[in-house]
Amino acid sequence: MTLAHRIIPCLDTDGSRVVKGVHFEGLRDAGDPVELAARYNAEGADELVVLDIAAARDNRPTFLETIRRVAEQLAIPLAAGGGIRSLEAARAVVRAGADKITVNTAAVERPQLLSELSAEFGAQAVVLAIDAKRDGSHWQVRVRGGREATTLNVEDWARRGVEMGAGEILLTSVDRDGTQSGFDLDLTAAISKAISVPVIASGGAKLPSHFLEVFTKGAADAALAASIFHDQVQSIRSLKEFLRAHQVEVRLPC
Amino acid sequence: MKVTLIDYGAGNVPSVERAFRRLGAEVETTNAAEKVATANCLVLPGVGHCAALIHALDAHALRQPILDAIARGATFLGICLGLQALYVSSDEASDKHGLGLLPGKVTRLPATVKLPHMGWNTLQRLRTLRLLESIPTGAYFYFAHSFAAPSGGEECAAVCAHGREFVAVVEKRNLFAVQFHPEKSGAAGAQILQNFLKAAA
Repeated sequence: MTLAHRIIPCLDTDGSRVVKGVHFEGLRDAGDPVELAARYNAEGADELVVLDIAAARDNRPTFLETIRRVAEQLAIPLAAGGGIRSLEAARAVVRAGADKITVNTAAVERPQLLSELSAEFGAQAVVLAIDAKRDGSHWQVRVRGGREATTLNVEDWARRGVEMGAGEILLTSVDRDGTQSGFDLDLTAAISKAISVPVIASGGAKLPSHFLEVFTKGAADAALAASIFHDQVQSIRSLKEFLRAHQVEVRLPC
Repeated sequence: MKVTLIDYGAGNVPSVERAFRRLGAEVETTNAAEKVATANCLVLPGVGHCAALIHALDAHALRQPILDAIARGATFLGICLGLQALYVSSDEASDKHGLGLLPGKVTRLPATVKLPHMGWNTLQRLRTLRLLESIPTGAYFYFAHSFAAPSGGEECAAVCAHGREFVAVVEKRNLFAVQFHPEKSGAAGAQILQNFLKAAA
């Protein structure tokens, strides 16, 4: 009875299609979210994250329809986000089938949003996504898809976010994102040890050893990746078998 | 088999409904007292804050109909908060009473571990369970909660642990409840719901 470390594929969408490319640049089509969701559900993913990375544009109904169609495929939890700025927008996402709401820039601009979401849906449904960029000996919070600097320190913001009602932190290393050079272990360990809620590590995954390191040295509770799963560079089942062989508790579906 | 799913606005109602429909069950979602009181197969889902659930039950005058249905012998399944609501009280909603069908108080898991207890965990079965029939030992189920019911009572059929041991499965005649989310627990979760439908048949 030990809580398993979670492996979470992430679907970055333009509303209706999964896209690849770092921070809006060089986006290319990476598949149908419904097909990918069905595949990950069958392969033993522990959870799925679906993000609308084009949320600023006029495609909200399309994204909600995507969540509905993805949720139809799943017998695992679904977190959804991208451009959620209000309780009303979050309600629409939950009604469409999401179990958790992911917020990032909007929470930096108005931290009260976390309390509103937590009061309505419970802390377990509120995921605070933080984009972190190394700045000397600490990390700075970035917003708007990692492009814009803030004056916030990541550790301070994570603590504050938990106080405000976040039940989980999705922590992305802007430095590692897209590099496939491994998770930022120092960042992940520092934040995971500083806060009382689970941390999902993100940014830089490629090899099974990257996941092993982030669960051991990085003290992550879950790890997220996108393109290595979409492109079938890494299968979820073989990744979990590798982790189990290295004494990391994971769920292998029966 | 018609499943009467109590819909008081909980976030997981659509997933529970979808999960039962996948198994071929007919599902009626309702917050009407008369439909709950006359149900033969009753499901109380829940996720989030316990006070919201108790408040909603009172706001829709569902407390007595649920108790009546269970007393009449309706097969009942509580999910997550739907399990916690069966106890006398919960520290998460200390100014309100639970349904009082089970003794004891729901309390917060210890701060020595990360909360919420979020993700996939296994169970320890204390006896042969109808809900866990044909599910392998070591199967994982999805949990998302910070409060939990005390283990040790005769109603407690399986436990889980996170910081401390707590009730994972309740089985007491026609009364079933699970702390985890079978609707989010893959194939093992679907089997739980299937076993519940069988118990209700």
